[in-house]
Amino acid sequence: MRRPASIRRRLLLQGIGVAALLALVLYLAVRGVAGAAIQTVQDSVLGTATVVIAEELRGGADGISVDIPYAAFSMLGAVGEDRVFYRILVGDQTVTGYPDLPLPDVVPGLTPAFYTVPYQDAQVRIGAVGRSVLVDGNRVDVTVLLGQTRTAQAVISAQMANRAAGLGLGIFALAAVLALISARSVLAPVHDLALAVGRRGPQDLRPVRRAVPRELVPLVAALNGLIARLRSALDRTESFITEAAHHVRTPLATVRMQTEVALRQARDDATRASLRNVIRAVDNAARSTGQMLDHASVIYRSDQPTQDALDLRVVLRDLVGQMAPTADMRDMAFVLDMPVGPVPLSADRLLLESALRNLLDNALKYGTADTDIEVALTPDGCVTVCDRGRGLGGGGAAALTGRFARGDNVGDVVGSGLGLSIVRDAARACGGTFTISPRPGGGTCATLHLPLR
Amino acid sequence: MRDLALALALTLTLIGGLFARPALAFEIEEVATFGAGAQVVSVLSTTDAAVFAPVIAGYLETRPDLAVRYTVANSQQVYAAIARDGAPFDLVISSAMDLQMKLANDGAARAFDGGAVLPDWARWRDRLFAVAQEPVVMIARRADFAGLPLPQSRADLVALLRDNADRFAGRIGTYDPAGSGAGYLFATQDARQSDSAWRLSEVAGSLHPRLYTASAAMIDDVQSGRLALAYNVLGSYAAARPDPGMVVIQPADFTHVLLRTALVPVTSTDPAAGAGFLTFLLSPQGQSLLAEAGLPPVSDTTITAAPQLRPIRLDPGLLVYVDPMMRQKFLTEWTAAVVQP
Amino acid sequence: MRFLLVEDTPDLGQAVLDRLTLDGHGVDWARSLADAEAHLAVSSYDLILLDIMLPDGDGRDFLAAHRRVPRDTPVIVMTARAGVSDRVALLDTGADDYVTKPFDFAELEARVRAVLRRRGGTAQTQVTYADLVFDPLGGTVAVGGDVRDLRNRELRLLEILMAGPGRIFSKGHLHDRLLSASEAVSDNAIEVYVGRLRKKLSGSAARIETVRGVGYRLTQG
Repeated sequence: MRRPASIRRRLLLQGIGVAALLALVLYLAVRGVAGAAIQTVQDSVLGTATVVIAEELRGGADGISVDIPYAAFSMLGAVGEDRVFYRILVGDQTVTGYPDLPLPDVVPGLTPAFYTVPYQDAQVRIGAVGRSVLVDGNRVDVTVLLGQTRTAQAVISAQMANRAAGLGLGIFALAAVLALISARSVLAPVHDLALAVGRRGPQDLRPVRRAVPRELVPLVAALNGLIARLRSALDRTESFITEAAHHVRTPLATVRMQTEVALRQARDDATRASLRNVIRAVDNAARSTGQMLDHASVIYRSDQPTQDALDLRVVLRDLVGQMAPTADMRDMAFVLDMPVGPVPLSADRLLLESALRNLLDNALKYGTADTDIEVALTPDGCVTVCDRGRGLGGGGAAALTGRFARGDNVGDVVGSGLGLSIVRDAARACGGTFTISPRPGGGTCATLHLPLR
Repeated sequence: MRDLALALALTLTLIGGLFARPALAFEIEEVATFGAGAQVVSVLSTTDAAVFAPVIAGYLETRPDLAVRYTVANSQQVYAAIARDGAPFDLVISSAMDLQMKLANDGAARAFDGGAVLPDWARWRDRLFAVAQEPVVMIARRADFAGLPLPQSRADLVALLRDNADRFAGRIGTYDPAGSGAGYLFATQDARQSDSAWRLSEVAGSLHPRLYTASAAMIDDVQSGRLALAYNVLGSYAAARPDPGMVVIQPADFTHVLLRTALVPVTSTDPAAGAGFLTFLLSPQGQSLLAEAGLPPVSDTTITAAPQLRPIRLDPGLLVYVDPMMRQKFLTEWTAAVVQP
Repeated sequence: MRFLLVEDTPDLGQAVLDRLTLDGHGVDWARSLADAEAHLAVSSYDLILLDIMLPDGDGRDFLAAHRRVPRDTPVIVMTARAGVSDRVALLDTGADDYVTKPFDFAELEARVRAVLRRRGGTAQTQVTYADLVFDPLGGTVAVGGDVRDLRNRELRLLEILMAGPGRIFSKGHLHDRLLSASEAVSDNAIEVYVGRLRKKLSGSAARIETVRGVGYRLTQG
């Protein structure tokens, strides 16, 4: 699988790449400039020395007098220790120096001409100056060649190159560190934004109002647009679901009520039995849709539960109160056993109510008529609901808490098999545990352990 | 061991070079062979074998597998042996810096990578290396300066000679630059350093100076009383022969320091042998042996401690007076100044 | 009792109306919130059965306005919204109770009774037969001044029988009214409850007579 592209990585690589390029350019530039500068300096020294020698050539009655100033050669040693070659010609005749030192291609003038030739197994840079001297009233052309190897230049160039390389590496290292820092700081607002959005609760669909750098404004605007669309989509979905529930449940209610009316008026047993079956089927459908809705809601909230400050006693008492009429119908009653003081806990109210309601509902549904349901709460957050019902059947406790799992002894009771699954998931989301076990003397005990605040 | 090495010196012969070595066209003054090793290091030098013997003995102690054949010639002949004849020596040691410089500049020297122990002014590239430094001094005979201050500089000397022409007439000695390579180097260096040198030449010339080709002879004559003052003498020779009647003066305006230089010639058949000996000469042990032999070791501290000391620079400037035309011109002018009718 | 039924779905409204009427209650049926307001303006009711989604508004808004007036007529909401959060929200808006569609009529009756009982006011509902004094809302029965403790289904059974003394109620009819339609009970459940009730009313001049093959009736003497 390909790893997702990383902006940070890309910024870093680009930064480092640019730094490397700059360092390389710097290195080449310094090396080139340094080489050219040294060449220029050495040429000017060489040219000066050549001119000085040429100027000391004097004409006279008995020929040309040559006087090489000591300094002319000595100054060539100023830049570095290079070998020196020279040749002085009068006309075509070499009068002194190295007679095989190569001549320039063109006849040189008073301004030194420079050229590089191989000589004596080395590359020699030669400055050439030509001038005229009067000898015995006649004009005579003299040429002075002064050559120098360029070992020193190569050495200095290499030194400069090394320094340039060091400088380049230094700049590269610095730039790499800066690239790292800048990549981090550039991405910090993105990171912060991601954290801020990620921390939001499940219901938080407010637009993002954080101050962000200008470059992130379009992103935030797009994000807010998305949130707005999401919110309206959710609203639509919610109203659609509500609408759908209404549209399903209302006809079901009609069918059920009309069936009940018909049941009241029916006389023959076969008709009555089938009418009862209709009612059971309607109840089954309604209950299933309801529990599926509840289950989905529990799953959704489990991701990011809210933390409501609750008193477990109050929650339990209210629920029991709401369900009492249903129990009463079956000549059943909830027997509450609760501690005197409050049992505070911090949990998602809806998750907690879902768990407890399904527990009580189950006890009502599977408990036998004319029996009591004992609901006990301990101060350490343990809720026990015990009924005198048909018990767990053969599957055992673990098998029952699975989704859509139903006991093998409940064929005549309307149920979806989601109830215990809801209790288990909601309890887990509240940080608690749920166990169910057979009750001595018949029936079932369901226990919910909830962590207190 | 040293005695043993000396004992092992097979011969110490004084013979005519042309006669002994018909293959070589240059003039040999002396050939000495030290040691009995199979591998022979061939050294060509301007320094007397007697002076170098203890140094060579010291080297052979560390390398008994070697023998050293030590050939002595004057500096012009040393130059000619390499530049002209291509004589196959492994190491060339000479006091003529200009000629050594010419050899090195013209590509007659091999690269040697052991020169980093020397100060910058004591070497030229990786080709030419100073093995000893010798101040060029004046030697005065104390008796002849009775009642007179000893000259401390060339200016002092000019004044002294001018004012006491009678006392010093015919009793001043110096090198003949035409006959001595060292003398030519000193004279040209004097000439390039200051005008006072030319004045000195003229004043000395008026006193009919005696001209020599060797420092030893000048010192002999100072000691014997033939000379009152010898100018441009190698200090090492004077130091080797201490004499209370003799004063060695380093001119305060400037005192040239001659560098006795060595190079491994490209003509060498065994350059490693030459490089090995040169490495030894530059080593602390070799330097101290040279010092014991009267050749002062190359030392930066000696130079910085005495501001008048000016080592003759190993740079292309030295090539100027090697040029035949320049040499001719200089000798003509010098002779005109010094050798007066 | 008089009910105001606020329900816009015709079939369901008709069915609830029929079912309530079968049990002898008086029902006015409003098909919209405006209609409901009109009825409330001229009549008084024991209880309002309120649908949430109505053509001219949300039942919860009506509820909130109803609580602000204030009127003390109890309200039971009939909702198609079955979510946990809907249930919580409904009670917070001030409904006395709610039933989720589709609902068991027996449960609706039970909740109505529970609501009315919570609201108090039982004096005018007492029914007397022979030496029996029965208060269906309070759920009490006295035999010649001697208060007997009856369970819910026994009370319901007695209430049905006392609604028509001398009339024969079939087992099926009693079954329908006593037990939830979806509840699985044994065939002799009615015999069991009748047996219990006879025991509880022992010593009374009134007695429950078995009409073999037809049903039961309340007689005296």
